[in-house]
Amino acid sequence: MTTAPLLTATATDGLLELRPGGSWIAANVAELEQLSDAVAPQLDRSGNVRLDMADVRELDTLGAWLIEKMSRRVMSAGHRAEVVGVADYYAGLIEKVRQVNRASSPPAPARNRILGKVGDIGRATLGAREDVTVFLQLLGSLCVAMLGVLRRPRSLRLTSLVYQVYRVGWRAIPIVVLITFLIGAIIAQQGIFHFRKFGADSYVVDMVGILVLRELGVLIVAIMVAGRSGSAYTAELGSMKMREEIDALSTMGLDPVEVLILPRVIALICALPILSFIGSMAALYGGLLVAWFYGGMEPAIFIARLHDAVSVTHFEVGIIKAPFMALVIGIVACSEGLRVKGSAESLGRQTTTSVVKSIFLVIVLDGLFAIFFASIGM
Amino acid sequence: MQEEEVPFAIRVRDLVVGFGKRAVIDQLSLDVRRGEILGLVGASGGGKSVLMRTIIGLIPRQSGEIEVMGAAIGGTGGRSTRNAAGRWGILFQQGALFSSLTARQNVQFPLRESLVLSDALMDEIANAKLEMVGLAPEDGDKFPSELSGGMTKRVALARALALDPAIVFLDEPTSGLDPIAAGDFDALIKTLQKTLGLTVFMVTHDLASLNTVCDRVAALADGKIVAIGQMRELLQSEHPWVRAYFHGKRSLMLQPKASQ
Repeated sequence: MTTAPLLTATATDGLLELRPGGSWIAANVAELEQLSDAVAPQLDRSGNVRLDMADVRELDTLGAWLIEKMSRRVMSAGHRAEVVGVADYYAGLIEKVRQVNRASSPPAPARNRILGKVGDIGRATLGAREDVTVFLQLLGSLCVAMLGVLRRPRSLRLTSLVYQVYRVGWRAIPIVVLITFLIGAIIAQQGIFHFRKFGADSYVVDMVGILVLRELGVLIVAIMVAGRSGSAYTAELGSMKMREEIDALSTMGLDPVEVLILPRVIALICALPILSFIGSMAALYGGLLVAWFYGGMEPAIFIARLHDAVSVTHFEVGIIKAPFMALVIGIVACSEGLRVKGSAESLGRQTTTSVVKSIFLVIVLDGLFAIFFASIGM
Repeated sequence: MQEEEVPFAIRVRDLVVGFGKRAVIDQLSLDVRRGEILGLVGASGGGKSVLMRTIIGLIPRQSGEIEVMGAAIGGTGGRSTRNAAGRWGILFQQGALFSSLTARQNVQFPLRESLVLSDALMDEIANAKLEMVGLAPEDGDKFPSELSGGMTKRVALARALALDPAIVFLDEPTSGLDPIAAGDFDALIKTLQKTLGLTVFMVTHDLASLNTVCDRVAALADGKIVAIGQMRELLQSEHPWVRAYFHGKRSLMLQPKASQ
């Protein structure tokens, strides 16, 4: 059974005798380290050392290594160290441990911290350039694949496309409706609460209508789709990449862009405008309910005011953005998926990157559209 | 390495494991002696891995008893299973190295989790283990995705041996290795088994490793151990499946030895 480890040292005219005893095994490592650290100064002072192993009841690699370390310490000082009394069944282990850790590993090169930071910035800049290249590359190959499909419409993967539309469109409706409904209700409530102070609470209809149709409907839905479907695309393509499925496709003479990416991106482009429309309607409905129950505005009046406040232009401004956002989300998600390397960690990192990057780009795109529409007077 | 205790490292009695109504392991009994290398053979999908995973507590059993080093093993995640975890090391078929850690950190992981020791000593122990399985210390800084198949298996073996367990379970240790690497790995297992006094439970299809390193071989068919013994005893077995296994075309290399 396991017993407490011991180490007794007796010095007799120039010869230090060490008698380890008990269980020199990993389970006792805390005591073992203390014991061997305690005799270290004695080892340095003494001349030749004899290690008598007769009392050792159990030994494993860790214990054998500690004993080996002691004898190496003595030998490095130029003295002799002999290990005696080793039980037969531990002889092999002692012999094996004697051979390990011989090569001293070179110390890690010291790193200048400021230079390191500068280097990181440089690498990040190059990385950003690579991101743009990858994005444009995938956009290009999507266009090529699209041209191929236009020339030979039968090469479009219709089953896959329908399935993807079902997944990213139909299955997303409940959550999209719920979230946009709540957002619409919250905006209406805040509007009524603050506008009431200067008696302008009926203008809440204008605010909800324009805000939702022009900006929020499509933006919220795009962000949700990026989080929900973009991440799924990245994870799927990434795990296919990890298991060499994409390589298998290429070797069969098929273009992964055409087979995997085109249906996914087209599905997003189809689904996002529809989801934006549904989301906008849900948000307006949420606003209507709040205006009715919280602001005391009859639904008929709400609808009449909405009719005056928004024109079809506002709706167009919102919905035109949706396909472009879908394209950005799709390309970012798929390109990040293809950049997954062998490990599970890399899959997680690329999925996170995909979501962060596509949400960022969606918002940037929204800003660019705002400038564009303002300058053409829409 | 307590030679004076129970003679069996693993005892399995009347084990039944099944998924749904289908019993994969049916009233199976098996003893693994201390310090031996036991090879387990069986048809693909015949329950070899299920048996191994049941013994180490990853799959719940329906009935039967399992003892490892004299201690009963409970169901999955039970306390007794966790206590036993320090007594065994497992080499999974694909290595199952933690991909976010370097090879050295993988080996240090069990040490770090269950022992209190200084970082310097932990590095030394991890390097020692890596060298014992035949890797250079520089390989310790590589990530699992940068390792070749053979190196992955070696690192996984080093991790399985990190706490100097009494038993190691090897799930197809030589699959996917070329004959030279497989031969080296067999020799390594044999050497480590001798130096560390290990008990090795090895699931394998590799006839060469069965022939060269295994002290005994157990054949699993129809959810039972149908034959167990030294290689030459198995070659003489009359069980139809065992005959088919060891006397098929691919097993011809075993025959000359059998006739001696």
